[in-house]
Amino acid sequence: MGITVEGASKRFGDFQALNDVSIDVPNGSLTALLGPSGSGKSTLLRAIAGLENLDGGRVLIDDEDVSTKPVQKREVGFVFQHYAAFKHMTVYENVGFGLKIRKWEKDKISERVHELLRLVQLDGLAGRYPSQLSGGQRQRMALARALAVQPQVLLLDEPFGALDAKVRKDLRAWLRNLHEEMHVTTIFVTHDQEEAMDVAEQLVVMNEGRVEQSGTADELYEQPANEFVMTFVGEVNRLGEHFVRPHDMEVALDRDENSEEAMVQRIVQLGFEVRIEFALADGTEIWAQLTRAELQKLELREKQIVYVRPRQTKVFSGDVPSPDGRGASTPHDRKPGDGNAEVSAAV
Amino acid sequence: MRTANGRRGRWSLRALGLGYLTVLLLAPLVVIFFKTFEHGLAPPIEAVTSPDGLHALKLSLLMVAIAVPLNTIFGVGCALLLVRHRWKGNAVIDSIINLPFAISPIVIGLSLFLLYGTKGWFGPALSEAGIEILFSVPGMVLASIFVSVPFVVRETVPVLQEIGTEQEQAASTLGANAWQTFRRITLPAIRWGVAYGIVLTTARVLGEFGAVSIVSGQISGETETLPLFVEKQFTNFNTAGAYGASVLLALLALTTLLAMNVLKRKEDA
Amino acid sequence: MEAHASTAAAPRGSGFRLPWVGAGLGRGTVALYLSVIVLLPLAALVSQSFEGGLSTFWTQVTSPQAVRSLELTVVCSLIVVVINAVFGTIIAWLLVRDEFPGKAAVNAVIDLPFALPTIVAGLTLIALYGNESPVGIHLVATRAAVVVALLFVTLPFVVRAVQPLLIEMDRDMEEAAASLGASNFTIFRRIIFPNLLPGLAAGVALAFARALGEYGSVLLFAGGLPETQVSSVFIRSQIESGNNTGAAAVSVVLLVASLLLLAAISLIQRWSSRHERSTSGNAETGLTVMPMSGMSPTEKEVDDEDR
Repeated sequence: MGITVEGASKRFGDFQALNDVSIDVPNGSLTALLGPSGSGKSTLLRAIAGLENLDGGRVLIDDEDVSTKPVQKREVGFVFQHYAAFKHMTVYENVGFGLKIRKWEKDKISERVHELLRLVQLDGLAGRYPSQLSGGQRQRMALARALAVQPQVLLLDEPFGALDAKVRKDLRAWLRNLHEEMHVTTIFVTHDQEEAMDVAEQLVVMNEGRVEQSGTADELYEQPANEFVMTFVGEVNRLGEHFVRPHDMEVALDRDENSEEAMVQRIVQLGFEVRIEFALADGTEIWAQLTRAELQKLELREKQIVYVRPRQTKVFSGDVPSPDGRGASTPHDRKPGDGNAEVSAAV
Repeated sequence: MRTANGRRGRWSLRALGLGYLTVLLLAPLVVIFFKTFEHGLAPPIEAVTSPDGLHALKLSLLMVAIAVPLNTIFGVGCALLLVRHRWKGNAVIDSIINLPFAISPIVIGLSLFLLYGTKGWFGPALSEAGIEILFSVPGMVLASIFVSVPFVVRETVPVLQEIGTEQEQAASTLGANAWQTFRRITLPAIRWGVAYGIVLTTARVLGEFGAVSIVSGQISGETETLPLFVEKQFTNFNTAGAYGASVLLALLALTTLLAMNVLKRKEDA
Repeated sequence: MEAHASTAAAPRGSGFRLPWVGAGLGRGTVALYLSVIVLLPLAALVSQSFEGGLSTFWTQVTSPQAVRSLELTVVCSLIVVVINAVFGTIIAWLLVRDEFPGKAAVNAVIDLPFALPTIVAGLTLIALYGNESPVGIHLVATRAAVVVALLFVTLPFVVRAVQPLLIEMDRDMEEAAASLGASNFTIFRRIIFPNLLPGLAAGVALAFARALGEYGSVLLFAGGLPETQVSSVFIRSQIESGNNTGAAAVSVVLLVASLLLLAAISLIQRWSSRHERSTSGNAETGLTVMPMSGMSPTEKEVDDEDR
């Protein structure tokens, strides 16, 4: 059940939440809608579900235009950030709700509910009320509830946003495994790029109601379409017009023709990696990511003067439309020694 | 999300609800304004400003002037007690406070009548001391207090619960004693709730009819509050007077509504 | 009084002591105030009702007129709370979920019966449905008059009891139900209504108590005919004829009904908060939340973050 959105637009009063958004979600895939607050990702998800009506554009599920179908008929499973548990019903009744209103027989319902509770590892808690469960348990219940009616599509709106960091990590892995088992087309919304990159096969980066870029985590990281994607996905240093990934910053003790002078401000050991914060001569603050081995070789200390040089940078020249219509800026890869290239024509 | 019930459903629900409201609440109110001034402004105004009318007004205001402050002080103190100090008996106090909500004003009036009457427990002793409760102002005050006990407490309690004790504890760590904490921290925090309770209390006291009618004996010019005046005028076929005083009371009620709304918004802000 | 009540450190969770006085003295004052104002009069009432012993009490309460008035009162009150349960819920729904011009004014007007003196309410009803009715409806001194008057005075109780629950309600639950395929009606029946029920029940109980004891608005409007005499009017007439014991006896019946209703409200609230950890401190302190025109917010602050 692939999902296609064509030219979706939606405004709330003065605020344009979605601006001509088009995405393609292949059947059986696990896609993340990634972006900051207000980027429109939740609106898009809810529009796919039918919880919001679009002002323009259409939604296709399995090549069928469902734009005018009410949410009840779209057969989408939806999981909310704050669980939306039916607090007056037990876990069993929650999970069985969709089946009950489809008038399944009692024992069939029981069978399916228990099957799902086992799947989400909540069997034994069937008689409890949501208020007696932890956040993580409630979200697993919500997932079981959504899956009970065998939806074509599973939509999750910041599903782990309300949970503790550790629980979040656990449920992330768990969601991935679940998807591998069940292969339901899944879209989830998050503002956490690490989460998106960890879980999803395909990422759609959104900003201010538009899609900035979509692709695999690798594609977005290595070939960001514009400044926004580069700064949002992964860490980045900015040197004038140049954007440099921290692990692309070379640190040397001796000057080189393309390197710049920098003073070590802080050395932070983060487990396997080391983060070194520098201040350049003009005051710009940057940081580099080294391995412990590299750090040991250099024997750096605070306030030490060293020389940094980027292995490669990206520059985004504005106002040059790229052929696929994505983003308004075209990235250029720069290696040291390229000099100041003028704005080149469209690729 | 999807429009609930669709457009037809929405409009029929509106028609049902708003129609009911109009017929039940608004229509009578509108009609009485018209009826009162049917024969011009003079008759109702004359009746209300007659000596009996003015006395009734003064007496009503006197009830307010005594009952409201008493119940306010009680209300705030009691709320503090109930919310800030756990105690098994709190539920009992709470229930007693709720009683005036649920008991008929006639029952209230009768109970006062029996307690302070000539054959009551307190009646004889008090009259020997020269204190007349029934058929005079003190009894009416007691009735007014009885019926309006709950309001300030009920409005202050949730506000107190909501603000929690952290601010008060912070004040204590900064050296404030109990009274200072109360005056500078607690009271400002609960003031809109208390104000709201005061408005409700006032409205209740002004409008009280059944209980006061029993304990006062409804002696014109002496123990007649404005609501009692309305009834007496009506039963004496002096409709101008009855309606005139009613309009006055209705205007006071609308002022109360206005105050309630303003205060509601202040509390939300 | 507990030992930890007064000057020793206050129990955990309460960081504050009453100014100048310990809790013990405070409680004493409260107890005294309530006794003098509320409890003693009621005690005198009960005492008077049994003055002639149990048999006299019974005779008084079962006299034909007493029974007729009680029957009328109970029947009319039941009809009224059923009607207002429906309409009150509808109006609460409109106030919370709907937008229309003048909504704020409507919200304010709901409290009119709270603010208006009952005698004035009765007169306004006479003006509209009396002998000189502008709409040609004449209800004075009929049973219908009793019903209309009671509808007037009890409407706010239901509206104000349901409203806060509607405001607090988690809309996500409704969307979740919709995503699972539930029709609007099913959503109302299985999701919304069960969550409204505690408030509705409490509002109905309070409305019923109010209706049973209502006096001012029915006095003139429904008249004093035996067929249209509600219990409060009957009690009044007994006082006037000097039958204090009879009046007290029937009053005690009403009093017991009131107490039972208050207890019911308390139970309902305790039962309803079993599903949630303490919400408005209700479960913590065990204090009842009276559905009246309280300072309930007219809108909930929703975190409309990333939409």
